[in-house]
Amino acid sequence: MNIRVLLDLLVGDAQADRTVPPTGFTARLTVFTAGAMAFLAVFALALSLATGRLADRWSAELARTSTLRISAPADQADAQLRAAVNVLETTPGIASARALTNEEQQALLEPWFGPGLPLDTLPIPQLIEIIEQDDGYDAIGLRARLQAEVPGAVLDDHTRWREPLIDAAGRLRTLGWVSILLIGASMVALITLAAQAALAANAQVIRVMRLVGAKDIYIARAFVRRFTLRGLTGAAIGTFFGMIAVLLLPSADVAGGFLTGLGFQGFQWLYPLVIPLIGGVSAFFATRTAALRMLKEQS
Amino acid sequence: MIALDNVAYHYGGAELFSQLTLSLEPGSFHFLTGPSGAGKTTLLKLCYGALQATSGEVRVFDTPATALDRDQIAMIRRRIGVVHQNCEFLDHLSIAENIALPLTVSGRLDLMENLTDLLGWVGLAKQMDQLPPELSGGERQRAALARAVIMSPDVIIADEPTGNVDWEMSQRLLTLLVELNRMGKTVLIATHDLNLIRTAKSQVAARVLRLKGGQLLQAGAEL
Repeated sequence: MNIRVLLDLLVGDAQADRTVPPTGFTARLTVFTAGAMAFLAVFALALSLATGRLADRWSAELARTSTLRISAPADQADAQLRAAVNVLETTPGIASARALTNEEQQALLEPWFGPGLPLDTLPIPQLIEIIEQDDGYDAIGLRARLQAEVPGAVLDDHTRWREPLIDAAGRLRTLGWVSILLIGASMVALITLAAQAALAANAQVIRVMRLVGAKDIYIARAFVRRFTLRGLTGAAIGTFFGMIAVLLLPSADVAGGFLTGLGFQGFQWLYPLVIPLIGGVSAFFATRTAALRMLKEQS
Repeated sequence: MIALDNVAYHYGGAELFSQLTLSLEPGSFHFLTGPSGAGKTTLLKLCYGALQATSGEVRVFDTPATALDRDQIAMIRRRIGVVHQNCEFLDHLSIAENIALPLTVSGRLDLMENLTDLLGWVGLAKQMDQLPPELSGGERQRAALARAVIMSPDVIIADEPTGNVDWEMSQRLLTLLVELNRMGKTVLIATHDLNLIRTAKSQVAARVLRLKGGQLLQAGAEL
């Protein structure tokens, strides 16, 4: 679509536009369809972006950390803790190793047991948070050393449950983009149907226009411009309300869990503004193709 | 201007006519008669590119019709004014806008100043703001004629232009067509109205063609 076509589309030709009578039903159908699809597209976009962030965050947070769990009788606990820390601090590839405090362990258990858990009275294993260096460490070698020097220690490098989580987030993100594509395709299909209905309802207009020497592109243009503007308007309205709805979603702090961060962050709020443009362009090509094909068939 | 050479047209597997030859010279005036179903309207449509001949050659302004694409046919129609029996308009536009439609479509807005004169010429000056459904049959025929000639076409083709009007109105329409012919336009009229033809022959050197049984014949003095 070159600049001239775009200008023609926006400025239009008042005389040419008047040749097609206003069609209330198809006009409302197109605006509603474009609006509803844009509204859904905003949510699909928010889902895709949020799951993308989630996958990145999980990947970044979990990829460089491991946990060492020490289950030892109370009288050996301190000795095993010191031994474990010593082993970890002398292991290449480990940036730091830090035993979690009672308060930190209590906070980890709080979602399941509630606040005020008497940690001292329960046989809770001691946890050590390990931060890896960029190159990581040799997990097999570390396990062998721990087995020899700290028999009650179990190394968890998070691989087992990190990968399914990241995979799930990735799939959700893909699902979001597929949803956006399906929504776009549905909008194109519905606008095409509406345009075909409008063309069929205006058979007399087309006959008269042909009789007086109108080229196909002239006849099509009046329909195309009208449907493009309707698609653009509907998509703009749908996007506006979609963004408002996303804005009104419960905040991350309140909702927590999976819904944490569902929505747009920072400059991502600009992304939905592309949806009306895509809606308008889709309507343009859908109507143009349908109109020219139908005019060719009728000639 | 328009020439049909050995043209045949089949419709639904049946032959409507064949070996049909016709030449419309510049400034000529032709009537086309014949019984209903003989193919008069089909013949007219072949002349302005709305239909393609099954065989033979149709030349429109020296170009074979088969060589014309849809855009070229549209351009051809700007040089051929067509009046149908069932005059179709854009019912949501005023009569003035409908008559000016060929100018709008072709971008010849410089000729828009002729609109007022043309409306007066066909006697529709007072009805110019009315919508087509508000006009009588005769007024619609005159509006269709005005629309057909506003681009000053080289050829005017009319299909039963007096079919829906009374005798007085048919005489007025004929007078308009004769005037156009005197201005150098080629005119081809399909009609059943023999009285109209007789009246026209007293005013202009009209050639009368009769389409019957798939043959196109020159009508003689029996008219």
